[in-house]
Order: sequence, then C-alpha cells, then structure tokens
Amino acid sequence: MTQAATVTERPARPGRGVALLRRPEVGAFVAAFGIFLYFSISTSAFLTPAGVATWLYSSSLFGIMAVAVALLMIGGEFDLSAGAMTGTTGLIVGIATTQWGLNIWLALVLALAAALLVGAFNAWLVTSTGLPSFIVTLATFFILQGLNLAVTKLLTGTVAIQGLGAVTGFDQARVLFGSSFPLFGMDVKISIVWWILLTGLATWVLLRTRFGNWVFAVGGQAASARQVGVPVRRVKFGLFLTTAGAAWLVGMLQLFDVSTVQATTGIGQEFVYIICAVVGGCLLTGGFGSAVGAALGALIYGMALQGIVFAQWDSNWLKAFLGGMLLLAVLVNLWVRRQAGERS
Amino acid sequence: MTGAADAGAPLLEVRGVGKSYGSVSALRGVTASVAAGEVLCVLGDNGAGKSTLIKILAGAHAPTEGTLLAHGVERQFASPRDALALGIATVYQDLALVPLLPVWRNFFLGAEITVGRGPFRRLDVAAMRRATRDDLALMGITLRDVDQPIGTLSGGERQAVAIARAVHFGAGLVILDEPTSALGVSQAALVLRYIARARDRGIGIVFITHNPHHAWAVGDRFLVLRRGTSLGEFGRDEISLEALTGLMAGGAELDALGPELDRAASARDPA
Ligand SMILES: Nc1ncnc2c1ncn2[C@@H]1O[C@H](COP(=O)(O)OP(=O)(O)OP(=O)(O)O)[C@@H](O)[C@H]1O
Ligand SMILES: [Mg+2]
Repeated sequence: MTQAATVTERPARPGRGVALLRRPEVGAFVAAFGIFLYFSISTSAFLTPAGVATWLYSSSLFGIMAVAVALLMIGGEFDLSAGAMTGTTGLIVGIATTQWGLNIWLALVLALAAALLVGAFNAWLVTSTGLPSFIVTLATFFILQGLNLAVTKLLTGTVAIQGLGAVTGFDQARVLFGSSFPLFGMDVKISIVWWILLTGLATWVLLRTRFGNWVFAVGGQAASARQVGVPVRRVKFGLFLTTAGAAWLVGMLQLFDVSTVQATTGIGQEFVYIICAVVGGCLLTGGFGSAVGAALGALIYGMALQGIVFAQWDSNWLKAFLGGMLLLAVLVNLWVRRQAGERS
Repeated sequence: MTGAADAGAPLLEVRGVGKSYGSVSALRGVTASVAAGEVLCVLGDNGAGKSTLIKILAGAHAPTEGTLLAHGVERQFASPRDALALGIATVYQDLALVPLLPVWRNFFLGAEITVGRGPFRRLDVAAMRRATRDDLALMGITLRDVDQPIGTLSGGERQAVAIARAVHFGAGLVILDEPTSALGVSQAALVLRYIARARDRGIGIVFITHNPHHAWAVGDRFLVLRRGTSLGEFGRDEISLEALTGLMAGGAELDALGPELDRAASARDPA
C-alpha cells in the first residue's frame, strides 16, 4: 500500500461548488438577493431612498443583535434573554434620567453595567452548572420581562417612559445613538453604521484572532478545546458579555431614535435574532457560522418586514415567512454539512 | 530542561511503579523505559492496566508506588502540564480535535501563532497554514487543502495530525493511547507507518495496543501487562511474535477454554 493509493481512495474532493457552499453565508446571500429583487419589482416604495433607509434601519437593529447572538451560537450557547435586555437597558436609562434626574451619561453607564451583570449571571450559571443555556436564559428572559413591566409600572404608573427629549445632555448622546446623515438622497440612521462596523469587527475577531478560533473550538467540541488548553469558561463569559453589550447598544439605539421606551420593548425578538443567525448559516449545535451570514439574515428579515408593509399585505404573513425561511435554512445547513462537513 | 538531565539516559523510565485506587490495586511493580528513536509497546487485555500506566507517564495520575525518571532525573508530575514541559505529550483516543474546524486551525488550537500587539494582535494565518502543511509532509501526509474541516480526513490521517501536532510543539516523547484500535486494516497500517516515521526522526514513542501484530510491526521493546502486573519487558531479540501473542492472550487460560469452545461449536453445528 502506498501513500498515493490511500490519498486517492478517499471519495472525490468536494468540487469548487461545494467548497463555496462550505461558506456559511452563501445561502443567506442568495436569499437576500432574491427578496430584494422581489420587493423592488413588486412594490414602488421599496427601492426609493426613503424605502431603502427604512428597511436598512429595521435590519440594523436586528442585525447588531443577530451578529452577537451568532457569535454566541458558534460558541455553542443560546441567549433567550437578549430581546428583553434591549428593553431593560432602555428602561433603566429612561427611569434614571426622567425619574431620578441622573446625568444621562451616568445613566448610560448604569444601563451597560446592568446588562453586563445579567450577561455575566447567564454565563456564570451556564458554565458552573453545565445546564443548557436554553433553559438558563429562558429563565432570565422571563425574569427580565416581568421586571421590565412591574418595575416600570411601580415607578411611573404607566408601561411606557416618555419625555426623554427634555433631559439635559439628550441631544449630545443622541449624536452617538439617534442621529442620521444624508447619503445618496437617503436619510441614513447612525444605527446602520454601527451595524456595519460591528459586523466587520465580529468577522475579524472570528476569523483572525485567537479568541475567534477558540469560539469555533468551544462550540464545536468543548472537551477537545479544553484538552489543548483553550480557556472554555472564559470564552463563554466573553460571548455572553458580548450579547449583553449588544443588547445595551440596541436598547440605546431604539431609545434615542424615538425618545420613548415601552416596557414591552424587545419581547419576542430573541427568536428573531436566533432565526437570523441560523438563516445566516449558524448551526444550532455550535461550531459553525459567520457574522456576515447573521447580518444577511437580519437584512432578509428587515427587507421582508418592510416589504410586506410596502406591498400592503396583512402583516401576519411575516411570521409565516419567517418560519418558512428558518425551515429552509436549517435544511440547507444540514445538506451543506453532509456534503462538506463531518465524517465523524 | 534542568541541568542535571543526562543526555544518555532514557527519555522516560519507570521503576516499580504502581497505582491503587483506594483499595483497588490497578497496577503493581511495573518497570520499563523508552529512549529517543525507540518505540515501547505496552500490550495487555482489557483491564490490564494500560490506561493506568499511561496516565502515570503523562502526569495525569501520581503513582502510589515506585519512581519515575525523565532524562535520568527523578520526577513527580503534578499535572500533564509538568510532563508537557519536559517534552512528554499524550495523544488520547479522542485526539482532542474539533471536526468542523479546518486542519490548520486544529493543528494550532490553543497555541496559535500571532502577529501584532495589543488590540491588533491577530492570527498569522499564512505561517500556520505553511507550518501545518510542512509538518504533515514530514509525516508523509500531503493534504490538498489544509483548509478542509478535519472531520473530512480519514481516521488514520487524523491520528497522524494529532501526532504531528504533539511533535511540532516540542514533544520528544509521544504517548499514543490505542491509536489503531478503532481503525480498519489499511488505516491501521497507515498509522503504523506514521509511528515509524516519527521514530526515525528521533522521537520516542509509547504505543499502547492490544494487537500484538501492530506492536510487532513497529516495536523495539514490549511491555506486557496482565491484571495490573508486568509479565516482563522484552527487547525485540528476546521474544517472538508467537510468544508475545501467547503471553498477551494468557496462553494457559485459552488452552483451558479450548475444549469448551470446541464443544460449543459442535453443538451449534449438528449437521
Ligand atoms: N478511577 C478508577 N477507580 C477504580 N478503579 C479503576 C480506576 N481506573 C481503573 N481502575 C481499575 O484498574 C484496572 C486497570 O484499568 P485500566 O483502565 O488501566 O485498564 P486497560 O488496560 O486500559 O483496559 P482497556 O483495554 O479496557 O482500556 C481495572 O480493573 C479498572 O477497573
Ligand atoms: Mg484503556
């Protein structure tokens, strides 16, 4: 038996097509392009500057979270509390400034600290008990959802906080989180810039840093990663804190956009983030996926969300569409993995 | 490495080591050694104490009796890290690989090469790809694509990647826990050749197996364990494959079993 014989006896090398499909975000790219074409042709508003700015803004809010959630999922964990956390952070800033008269910058820091604390709590529970993060963060999700409503009602008597526009320093902070600038006739909101920057940063971290390498390893095979000296626990902490930080950012972006915040903000969106990540090629089992894919997943969702409005369909179609996309994505992922992935 | 290390001494040597788990004595009075460029095969049936012995060699367990010498110096390993620092690496059966990760990322996982400093510190992808390709070539493996997920390699190739990785990170002695047991004939042969390659490059190897044919193919010395005791350490010129097989199988026990097996066979086959 010779070396050459053993090398060639293996099933033929995956062709160029499969090598391309091995990239997690390819499916999402094709789908995004298709949906873009569809709504561009079938509605008149979709491709206008105002239309584009609208669906890009929608996509950006989901996209920032989806990218963070994708990193976490590649690392093998879920965070169902991420949606409620965007509400919690907004409410904290709202209450601290309008009710207690706290300086707005201090309130921002306070909200960030609270989000990171929840993230650290999630990470600590998951890593020290070994319980599935799905259950742990489902619990924190309900706790946050309850607190958001109960505490807001207790302190303000209503379920929404208004009047942030009158707070001193609001306009300065708004430059970071709620401003917009003209570009190609569009009124581009700053959150779109955040979304693009963070997607780029996440991609760089994932593919070009040690931490990114460890994220893939921890999600792919934690026991092996531990054996070769990867600090599994630290990586998971980093990922949960990243999700929490992203939830804070999105909370601020929403708050400064409309200068009010509802106690129900973010509820129900945790699954949208996960769906965007999966549509973007993340495996539910961890160890595989991409930030660009998750950003594309969010773009698909944002385009569909606004496209359905422009087409004047019943908005309930959106949920059915979302479910269909998810199913399709999971099937495509399964197929790709069988083609290019594990022999195990 | 310490100044006291003796260049002529075996890489690793155990003298009368044993290990008890509470009242259970898993291993007693085992003496063996392995030098650079030498393959020590550890043979034994299930429960013979092979895994217990390699855990002692790898620093995962402290022996409850006997002494361990690395480079001629008596040592007490507190953890596998201590053993690694002396160039003793262990490749366990699960290989510590991440199937969906590309070959080169697996190769350097946990010890990535980076460039730049502070927040700009990043992976030196080109250097790691090149090193992976070169090191695997030294083992006799030419991969078309070090970017393919390692799960797409054959079992034998994955074993070879794990061995090459241990050698790359400075192991002078590699302990292999049953590297051939889960493989078919041709893949096992492949791994045996990789072992021979590493040996020819001056690496010491401890090769655990319960297949005497595999051991005989590459071994220089043979340590046979049965029920926690050593039946002896033999050089290649001191024993034959038949004698080795007999020792391993517990010759007398099989002989006694012979008539019983015959009867069972004839009962099943009345025609
Ligand atoms: N942690 C432990 N606690 C108690 N007894 C143990 C422990 N580990 C091993 N033993 C016992 O020590 C003996 C030797 O076990 P060992 O795992 O070293 O055998 P082995 O030669 O590796 O067998 P196999 O071929 O099945 O892997 C066995 O009887 C086993 O039950
Ligand atoms: Mg064993």
